[in-house]
Amino acid sequence: MIRFENVFKRYPSGREALSGVSFSLERGEFAFLTGPSGAGKSTLLRLIALIERPTRGTVLINNQNTARISRGRIPPFRQRLGVVFQDHKLLHDRSVFDNVALPLVIAGASRREIERRVRAALDQVGLLGRESHAPITLSTGEQQRVGIARAVAPRPDVLIADEPTGNLDPDLSREIMELFTRFNEVGVTVLIATHDLELIEHLPHRQLKLVAGQLAADSGRGDP
Amino acid sequence: MASLRHYLTLHRQNLLDALRRLASQPFASALTVLVIAIALALPAGLRVLVNNAGALNDSWEGAADFAVYLKIDVSNENAARVARTIGGRPDVANVTLIDRAKALEEFRAKSGFGDALDALEGNPLPHTLVVRPKSGAAGDVEAVAAAVRAMPETDLVQLDTAWVTRLRAMLALAGRMVDLATVLLAIAVTIVVGNTIRLEINSRSVEIEVVKLVGGSDGFIRRPFLYLGFWYGLVGAIAAAVIVAAALLALEPPVRAVANLYGSGFELAGLPLRETAVLVVGGAVLGWAGAWLATARHLRAIEPK
Repeated sequence: MIRFENVFKRYPSGREALSGVSFSLERGEFAFLTGPSGAGKSTLLRLIALIERPTRGTVLINNQNTARISRGRIPPFRQRLGVVFQDHKLLHDRSVFDNVALPLVIAGASRREIERRVRAALDQVGLLGRESHAPITLSTGEQQRVGIARAVAPRPDVLIADEPTGNLDPDLSREIMELFTRFNEVGVTVLIATHDLELIEHLPHRQLKLVAGQLAADSGRGDP
Repeated sequence: MASLRHYLTLHRQNLLDALRRLASQPFASALTVLVIAIALALPAGLRVLVNNAGALNDSWEGAADFAVYLKIDVSNENAARVARTIGGRPDVANVTLIDRAKALEEFRAKSGFGDALDALEGNPLPHTLVVRPKSGAAGDVEAVAAAVRAMPETDLVQLDTAWVTRLRAMLALAGRMVDLATVLLAIAVTIVVGNTIRLEINSRSVEIEVVKLVGGSDGFIRRPFLYLGFWYGLVGAIAAAVIVAAALLALEPPVRAVANLYGSGFELAGLPLRETAVLVVGGAVLGWAGAWLATARHLRAIEPK
């Protein structure tokens, strides 16, 4: 589903964020991307979401070479990808419902379909009944769950998350990870960047460790 | 079919959202609309003035009378005959003969030079004919004048069509200047809207970034701003039409007073319906264009980080 072949990413400043990274994630796999900050975790996720392009090497998503996706084809590509951010990136001028509905509106879902899927997504993250609330009135953990609901509402094939528990206490963090596990159980490929090793050490999933832009360790496919 | 309906639904939503956004910041929106309205009212108002001056010119041209001074030795009978001959022409509406004796009497009464006239031997004034040609066109007046000038009894034809020509030239010049002002102010409106939209884009950069991240196309992102520009232009143009109408209302009484003094039934004409439509549609198009320029220039700069 996700395949990196000898990928390099050098920024205009000269800093090399990734130096020859190769790995592949099968469909339905769940993996953590670990490593110290500055190791290139975010860069790797940004290459998957086509926010950045590799300097060298190939990134294949769903057997599609991302280098061949023109600027104009990026939007439909991103519609099939769920992305969760550390800072949620919720829009504070609209309700929880409208935030979760945004990718569905963009994809052109019918009104009924939007309502159904937004409710389903909010139900999955435990926020059903909060549709009309403003995101600002929710706790940080709840806001992150809204962010996750938005990412999964269009039923993406791949879900990537950059430090989704970065601002949360351990209990909330565990809840969030359980959520991701549940989505993975229904077939979604999940890749989560985190530096919280304590949180994930008891989880059975695969771990890819980045150090200074290189893949330093790969625990291999975890137990399903 | 479903995707078309979706597309139309999105457009309707964008249209209404943009209007709501304008209404949510009434003061800032009103300022922008007012600037656009004034920029559009200027050329529209000038256009109305030039139109009115043109109408005035047309009504004057119809009365392009000219004076014919007969030779001093032409008798009363001959003068009357000449008047009849000229009056019989098909291109002449009517001829008034001002008898030289009557003219002297009038002059004596009105000029205050009575004593000076007494010092003169006889009547220095000739018979005068006032000829009113039928057609309003300057060329036809010229033809009548030429024929009259060729008559042996004629001393001098005082034909003052030069001012008509001059007035017409000046109106053409004024019209051209209004055209130029229209172009310049149209550009100004585009820039005003473009700049307003640029600020709007900056203040909504987070939203743009998120929409891009969840797969919003350039068109999807651009549309709300285009509709915002559309509303600015449309509302600004309607306000401009109101400003022009109000200005005309304010000018009406003094214009009527002046017209009455000249014994004219001249009435100030407003912006015709067709030109009002051009103003309103043009304003909306300019707003749209300004927004389009701003989005083309600034939306690409906002990429997810």
